[in-house]
Formats: sequence, structure tokens, C-alpha cells
Amino acid sequence: MDSLELWISLAIPVVLIVVGRVVGASIERNHYRDIIEREARSRTRLAVSSKESDAPGAIRSASLAVGSVVVSVDHFKRFLSGFRMIFGGEVRSYSSLIDRARREAVLRMKESQPDADAYLNTRLETSTIASTSGNEGMGTIEVLAYGTAVHYDRAP
Amino acid sequence: MILTNIESVPGRQIVQHFGLVQGSTIRAKHFGRDFAAGLKNIVGGELRGYTELLQESRAEATSRMVAQATELGANAVVNVRFTTSSVAQGASEILAYGTAVLIE
Repeated sequence: MDSLELWISLAIPVVLIVVGRVVGASIERNHYRDIIEREARSRTRLAVSSKESDAPGAIRSASLAVGSVVVSVDHFKRFLSGFRMIFGGEVRSYSSLIDRARREAVLRMKESQPDADAYLNTRLETSTIASTSGNEGMGTIEVLAYGTAVHYDRAP
Repeated sequence: MILTNIESVPGRQIVQHFGLVQGSTIRAKHFGRDFAAGLKNIVGGELRGYTELLQESRAEATSRMVAQATELGANAVVNVRFTTSSVAQGASEILAYGTAVLIE
């Protein structure tokens, strides 16, 4: 009976890690495909970190554009990062998480004002989301992107 | 009300400054959302419940800031900044602040 309990308590984390590996990788792949496609569509509407625009003429209107996303890593990557914490060094399994979140947030900022010509002074802010139940939220981040969406004055 | 996060409103002239205005809100996650997020944590990806929660809070903080600016007689807020800080476990404060101005 004791050995059965031991097996079950060992099997659950292993199953979670395997599920995380398989499903998590496919979610990430789909997300990247989606991001690349949307980035191609919004490439002409530049998000810049400078405050000045290179508008051909005057600016007709300006407003705040905001986009945010909360993303988490899968169990497999969380497990890998646990190993990395022992030896130190770059935690590569988390870099794709941050990259996805930032690109998604910028895209959402652009999509919140889809008819703007440029987004000035784009700022990115990252914060970690802690769970109420201990370290469950480890590897969960929120990225906020915001900037000033401007419309150029075009001669009719 | 026009909001920008640069020092001016492009194409418009600032005629009067009213100083700093701010709006903030502290939100806690509720149990159901936390549970769903816990499940989603296994496979990773976007946690939509949290995204929405934080977006709602940010909209609330912004509208409080705008209300303050309106009270002062401003018609725009420039140099808007957002910050997030966790006050307690499971609760986070969202702050929006900026400079209230009158533009022509």
C-alpha cells in the first residue's frame, strides 16, 4: 500500500511535466506563429521609444494606447529552471516567455489604436504576478506596453 | 480628455498647468480565477483571467486620474505613467499618474 502511494506521489509531478512539455510547446509554437503574422501586418505603424515623431507634416491627434498580457511558463520549463537555480547561469527556458509577452503586449498596444500612424515614447513595464497560494505563480509575468498613438495630418 | 505619455500634446499648445493628478486601485484576485490560472500554469501560455483583471484595474485607475483632472478644469493629461506594485500576496496596486494641463 505504501509503495502504491509512493508511486502515485511520484507519478503526478512527472505527468504534469510531460503534459507541460507537450501541450506547452504546441501553445508556444502557435503563439509565435500568431505574433509573427500580426507583426508583419502592423510593421508600417512604428512603435518608437523616442518622443519626437518624424511625421511628414503636422500631427492631427494624439491619444494614449495601452496593451497588456499575463503569460506563464509551462511545468516543464519551470522544472528545467529549477535545475538552473542549482548551477547558475542564463535561464534560457524563461527567455522565450519574456520575449513572447513583450511582443504580444506591443502588438496589443498597436491593435488598441489600429488606425494610428505611429506610437511615440513606447514604454514597457514588467511585473511578476504572485499567487495567493505560495510559489504557484512562479514564472508568471505581466507585461504592459503603452505609448502615445498619433495620427498624421494628411493632405486631402 | 486627451491622454499622452509625452510632455506635450502634439499639434496643440499647452496654456495652463494644473500639476500632478493620480488615480490608483488595489485589486485582489478571486478564488475562481486563481484556480483556473493554477490549472493553466501547467501548460503555460496566456492567463486570460489575470490579463482581464489587470486591464480592468488599470482602466479604473485611469478613470480616477481623469476624474481628478476634470475637477481641476483640465482637458488633457500629459506624461502619463503606469506603475504596478504588489501590496500583499495576491493583491496588487495599480497607479496611474500624470500632469493635468489645459490645451487650446
